[in-house]
Amino acid sequence: MATGIKDKVAIVGMGCTRFGERWGDSAEDLVVEAYLEALADAGIDESRLEAYWLATCFDEINLGKSAIGLSQCLKLPFLPVTRVENFCASGTEAFRGAAYAVAAGACDFAVAVGVEKLKDTGYGGLPDFGISLGTRNRLTFPNLTAPGAFAQLATRYAARYGLAPEEVKRAMAHVSAKSHKNGAKNPKAHLRREVTIEAIMAAPTVAWPLGLFDCCGVSDGAAVAILTRPDLAREIRPDPVLVKALQIAVTSGEELMATGWDGAHIETTSRAAARAYQEAGVENPRAELSLLNLHDCFSITELVTYEDLQISPRGGAPRDILDGFYDLDGTIPCQTDGGLKCFGHPIGASGLRMIYEIYKQFQGKAQERQLTDPRLGLTHNLGGFPSMSVCSVAIFGR
Amino acid sequence: MTGIVSFGAYLPRLRLDRKAIFAAMGWFNPVTFGAARGEKAVANHDEDSVTLAVEAARDCLACGSKGRIGALFAASTTFPYLERMNAALIASALDLQPELAAQDSGGAATAGTTSLLSALSCVTAGEVEQALVTASDCRLGKPGSGQEHVFGDGAASMLVGRDDVIATYLGSHSIRQDFPDQVRQPGRLFGRSWEERWIREEGYQPLLQGAIQGLLAKTEKSLTDLAKVCIACPDPRTIAAIGKKLRLTPEQLVDPLLGSVGDTGCAHALLLLASALAESKPGDLILVAGYGSGADALLFQATEALATFGGPAGVKPALARRVALVPYEKYLTFREILPVELGIRGEIQAPTALSALSRERRAVLGLVGMRCTACGTPQFPPQHRCVNPECRAMDTSEPYPFSSRTGTVFSYTGDMLAFSFDPPAAYGLVDMAGGGRLNLDFTDCTLDELKVGMEVALTFRRKYVDRERGLTGYFWKATPLRVQ
Repeated sequence: MATGIKDKVAIVGMGCTRFGERWGDSAEDLVVEAYLEALADAGIDESRLEAYWLATCFDEINLGKSAIGLSQCLKLPFLPVTRVENFCASGTEAFRGAAYAVAAGACDFAVAVGVEKLKDTGYGGLPDFGISLGTRNRLTFPNLTAPGAFAQLATRYAARYGLAPEEVKRAMAHVSAKSHKNGAKNPKAHLRREVTIEAIMAAPTVAWPLGLFDCCGVSDGAAVAILTRPDLAREIRPDPVLVKALQIAVTSGEELMATGWDGAHIETTSRAAARAYQEAGVENPRAELSLLNLHDCFSITELVTYEDLQISPRGGAPRDILDGFYDLDGTIPCQTDGGLKCFGHPIGASGLRMIYEIYKQFQGKAQERQLTDPRLGLTHNLGGFPSMSVCSVAIFGR
Repeated sequence: MTGIVSFGAYLPRLRLDRKAIFAAMGWFNPVTFGAARGEKAVANHDEDSVTLAVEAARDCLACGSKGRIGALFAASTTFPYLERMNAALIASALDLQPELAAQDSGGAATAGTTSLLSALSCVTAGEVEQALVTASDCRLGKPGSGQEHVFGDGAASMLVGRDDVIATYLGSHSIRQDFPDQVRQPGRLFGRSWEERWIREEGYQPLLQGAIQGLLAKTEKSLTDLAKVCIACPDPRTIAAIGKKLRLTPEQLVDPLLGSVGDTGCAHALLLLASALAESKPGDLILVAGYGSGADALLFQATEALATFGGPAGVKPALARRVALVPYEKYLTFREILPVELGIRGEIQAPTALSALSRERRAVLGLVGMRCTACGTPQFPPQHRCVNPECRAMDTSEPYPFSSRTGTVFSYTGDMLAFSFDPPAAYGLVDMAGGGRLNLDFTDCTLDELKVGMEVALTFRRKYVDRERGLTGYFWKATPLRVQ
């Protein structure tokens, strides 16, 4: 009987670049910057690192297809290196590869690297998904973008709970304002300016009903995690961070092709969260979790995720949001580092960037954003669209 | 007796006010003032001669089975493909049976009437039981030209057969000669014409009149026998002049639709015939004459079956279904006459895997999904494994056509980031009556009109145009079901 990977994997070193429009830096530059930070943080000899997983979403940019780009960049001595891609959940996929290798005993030290150099695409938002949806879908799917796909969550949420679009918009605005407030405190964040609810509500529409401030930053950046067994980790440092759960759920197609899904939640998140709580032994997430780092690609995504994670009741997220439940000084602070919204969203790096914040919070190194004695932290990384998604939920503790 | 079994019409919903054309371009060519009356139907940014033909044929086939159609004749002078049969594309969109003879024709506006003649001959000869005709056009006039005022976009369709005929075919008369009044070579967006007076006096009038009189002589009918006379001619004055010369009464002359639709080229004669059929009673003699590199005239007589014919929507509701296209520059943009800044999302078009398109043609062009024979769940596109989580049966699918079903809007957005010639790009999920959920663009509507739960119908549209590789991609879109 499988027992999961709870307490079988520890993070012993992490690095994360400043996210943003890094016009002067290449994907290689970003990888090296995060990698050197992680090595210094772990304080171990590089020769102990045995296997690498690389996450990038768009292979026509960054380091290209395959793992060769990473291996050549770091001049890795003919090691096992793998590139993974699972849309916006790619970063957590790299982490999962490395974590499973350690948990399986295949190696003592494994590395997860995530990078995305989005500002080399020439696009304001994410590049078109035209080719990446597969031959068959491309022939029929609307010419959809990420904001357009996620905007429908807001349309549905309003319809499902009988809310006026303005009511949903106001709750979404609070989500973004909170992240801007947190991001302003983070020197590595892409967007470091507080924004008022009024400014958010008045911003131009990107994909109705989502406005400019409902959408996350499109950034360059890289993040790296070095993983090992807890026993080895404690030999290296006193404060490693342990993986309590790591679950991933991918759509079966029923949200898109059957008619049972209500369109006002993310089914993969609900499924991955339920399994992660089971793996970590969390019985009451609202009472037990200390902090969240969610995939807030759009404010509405964060809103419904509160419900999918069983923290807010169904239909109850707007009330919790407006009550400040998820603010930095709230009951369960969310996006303490600014989230995708303000830290930015270099896709391949994002899942690892979320873990980076949890890791720093546990080690008491989150500076102005530091929480008091966090016990359990959750990261949530979502790829694809609400109607066809891949989701990972990871829980970390000490 | 061979004749017409059903008819159909389709006009794009958009109308361009000719005063708006004149307001924009009249400074350049003040003489077009005379033409600047009424409005013309113009294709939406996602419509072309193929999509118009499909919609007219859907109207035509709305009340009957299409299982007996053995031939398809598709006429247009503006088909998107010179090679890759447009008729085959239309047949796939209509999900006609693959045992089908099909043909594109063009060359002149009379391709519509000539195609109808071919269909009649084909059925009379016993080659096929039923033959379908589509005629559609989207011709462009240069900005500031008289043609810009005259040309309209539209389509008509006729189903020809031997049984259940609503109008019996009595005969035809054609005149063919090289009369180069309207000239357009392949690859050219715009045509060119010679002096109007010459066209009127040497072209329209003698050729149309010759065809009509020749037909009457051949069929031994007199002008007073005719209940309806449809004259498809771009010039309203010529129609009036012919009417006067032939002493036709206003009741006999069918509204030439020039003021409300414009001259729809190949489609026009058949559009007028569809209009006349809807207004006819059993026994009526209906003459239709079309012009282009000569003229064709055909004579039909309405049968008793017409009285009880359930009938398609036809021209009248198509005329009523209208919305103004403003401003004029939007029209220029839709037709790609005005090169707008497309942005990177509009510039880059992923290549189409033609082998995949061919393999998936019933799904992509015909919107045929599947229904699971184990649990009955309809789904799109066809799946190996049933998507119903309670079923999950493997390879238990039967074909399930979605195109004629209505649906309700499940979710929607208006996306300013996605490329569209008519931003915001509206799209979302649609739950179909009877089951199944489709991921679709919305068209012929504004974002403000869309509501969760509103009823929509499906329409065949252009999905993208790949200029670099010379390809047009088609799929189905949802459009609000408007009460006529």
